Amino acid sequence: MFYYFIREIKLGIKNLLLHGLRSLLTMLGMVFGVGSVIAMLAVGEGASREALQQILLLGSNNIIINTVKPADGGGSKSQVRNNLSMYGLLHDDVDRLVTFSSIEKIVPVRLLSKEARLGKQSIEVRLVGTLPAWFDMVGRDFVAGRPLLDADEKTKANVVVLTEYAARKLLAGHKSIGQYVRIGGNVFQVVGIVRSRGGAGGTVKVPDQTNDAYIPLSSMNERFGTIDVRRSAGSRERELVELHQILVQVDENTVEATARGIRAMLERFHTKNDFLLHIPLALLKQAEETKRTFNIVLGSIAGISLLVGGIGIMNIMLASVTERTREIGIRRAIGAKRKHIVGQFLVETVVLSTTGGLTGIAVGLLIPWFISRLSGLPTVVTPLSLILSLAISMAVGIIFGLYPAIRAARLDPIVALRHD
Amino acid sequence: MADAATIQCECRLEKVNKIYQIGGRTVSALTDINFEIQSGEFWAIMGPSGAGKSSLLNLLGCLDRPTSGNFHLCGQDISTLDDNGLSELRLRKLGFIFQSFHLIPELTVRENIELPLFYLDRNSSRNRQRAQELAVLVGLDDRLRHRPSELSGGQQQRVAVARALANDPAILLADEPTGNLDSATGKKIMDMLLQLNERGKTIIMVTHEASVATYARRTLHMRDGRIDFFS
Repeated sequence: MFYYFIREIKLGIKNLLLHGLRSLLTMLGMVFGVGSVIAMLAVGEGASREALQQILLLGSNNIIINTVKPADGGGSKSQVRNNLSMYGLLHDDVDRLVTFSSIEKIVPVRLLSKEARLGKQSIEVRLVGTLPAWFDMVGRDFVAGRPLLDADEKTKANVVVLTEYAARKLLAGHKSIGQYVRIGGNVFQVVGIVRSRGGAGGTVKVPDQTNDAYIPLSSMNERFGTIDVRRSAGSRERELVELHQILVQVDENTVEATARGIRAMLERFHTKNDFLLHIPLALLKQAEETKRTFNIVLGSIAGISLLVGGIGIMNIMLASVTERTREIGIRRAIGAKRKHIVGQFLVETVVLSTTGGLTGIAVGLLIPWFISRLSGLPTVVTPLSLILSLAISMAVGIIFGLYPAIRAARLDPIVALRHD
Repeated sequence: MADAATIQCECRLEKVNKIYQIGGRTVSALTDINFEIQSGEFWAIMGPSGAGKSSLLNLLGCLDRPTSGNFHLCGQDISTLDDNGLSELRLRKLGFIFQSFHLIPELTVRENIELPLFYLDRNSSRNRQRAQELAVLVGLDDRLRHRPSELSGGQQQRVAVARALANDPAILLADEPTGNLDSATGKKIMDMLLQLNERGKTIIMVTHEASVATYARRTLHMRDGRIDFFS
């Protein structure tokens, strides 16, 4: 059987080489079908992987609640006193969230925009007043030093953790850990430097930014007060925002239910619609949904192109059967059974389609490479897509080769022998 | 060469009829054929064209089945065999020699000779050796790597003879083996067949040339699908 098979394949290749140009043209359908599928998959995979990565940076078991400025600027009714707008998340919200049993961690965040200064160097930082748990939840690597501690929070310590970016800008030429810097008029001691992942400006908002400076929440309220005063174009704008953000870590399995509960709770206490829930898991599911749709579209295109390729192969094989009718007759007279004839033609089509598929894979590897080089788009060729396209091209060979092969085998040997 | 005399294989036809349906018309190709061929005989089947020689040869070659009547070959009832069974019988018991050689042009001489062994699915190196031996027998061992198109007609027919012998058949069937050859080359082929017969191979040959028929020990004359007479 083995010897027979090897010889069939050899003979098939020989026959295909005999009509080199014809075989090549027949293969082209498969080549471009498989090639374009792999290329498209690679581009799609690259794009979706980037999106997924950004979403995963948020943590799939996290819920992020953001303060948003309501449409009327928070200045409605009794909330306005002396140009003071009051809106946003409250410490009371945090207390209410604590009662949720599915919530594992809650991190309140208050944000201020301040200037940090050391000697002549200065940088605009996003001052983040938060709790030590922030570093557990956001989970960024420390370059040096330590995160904020519970003790810092308790003692309202003037300590700051800078991002790598901010540290590089601000501390250039100075020692880093232990260095005193001036932020918005107050002096803070640098205790840690953390790597940041934010600021990529993608579709997803990561909780941290490249120019962050983290201080204990209690210190922020103590040193900078609870009212943020901003001067713009001569007018003073005063805002009272207790918290800008609450990060919530939830048990992985209850993310959606908890999110619904949080939303219901917040809506009850916030009539002004001054908050927004970000659920990375929902985004993740959405991204996966998008990917699935994309894959279906791609699959259809792939199916059509492979169908066209397959029909091309079948067409040529039918012609080949007619052309070689006498050969079939000779083989039958010598004692070849129908299955031998089917095998012979099937092997030929599979060799043809597989060669086409392999060439298509080569094309499909080259195209994403070029795309990445020329446009910088990320492309990812998955091994699965390669194996799948090879398997499919073999299957196409079998499916579209079966009919011509059976037709060849059904020929009456006497009639076939007389054919010329 | 394996000794063919040891293979006993008779051929017996009883009241065999063959009727073809051609475009709604029934054509009687063979009518009431009765005869027997013993192992080791050399038969010629003669007759004018349309007499049913080819139909009879197709039947004897197990390429076709009788419409009615009994046909036993090597103890097997042909009418009970399906397509696979007929192929098996052709593969193991029969060898064909055709008027226009019917070699496969894409294959070399060696590959053509090996072809029946290929379907017997035998070990590769033994096949090569066998092809070599057969090529020596027909005097073409220096042409093994050639294509049929590079050979003369006589050489091609010798390749065909070698191929027909590859599976060591009990019966050699020859359809006008000298029809496409000049008389000198034809004579060489006939001498070769005669030699094979003397070594014990049963040979059944269709021809319309009386000079060729003289090689056979028995001749069956056909006319209008019937056996006219034996000689």
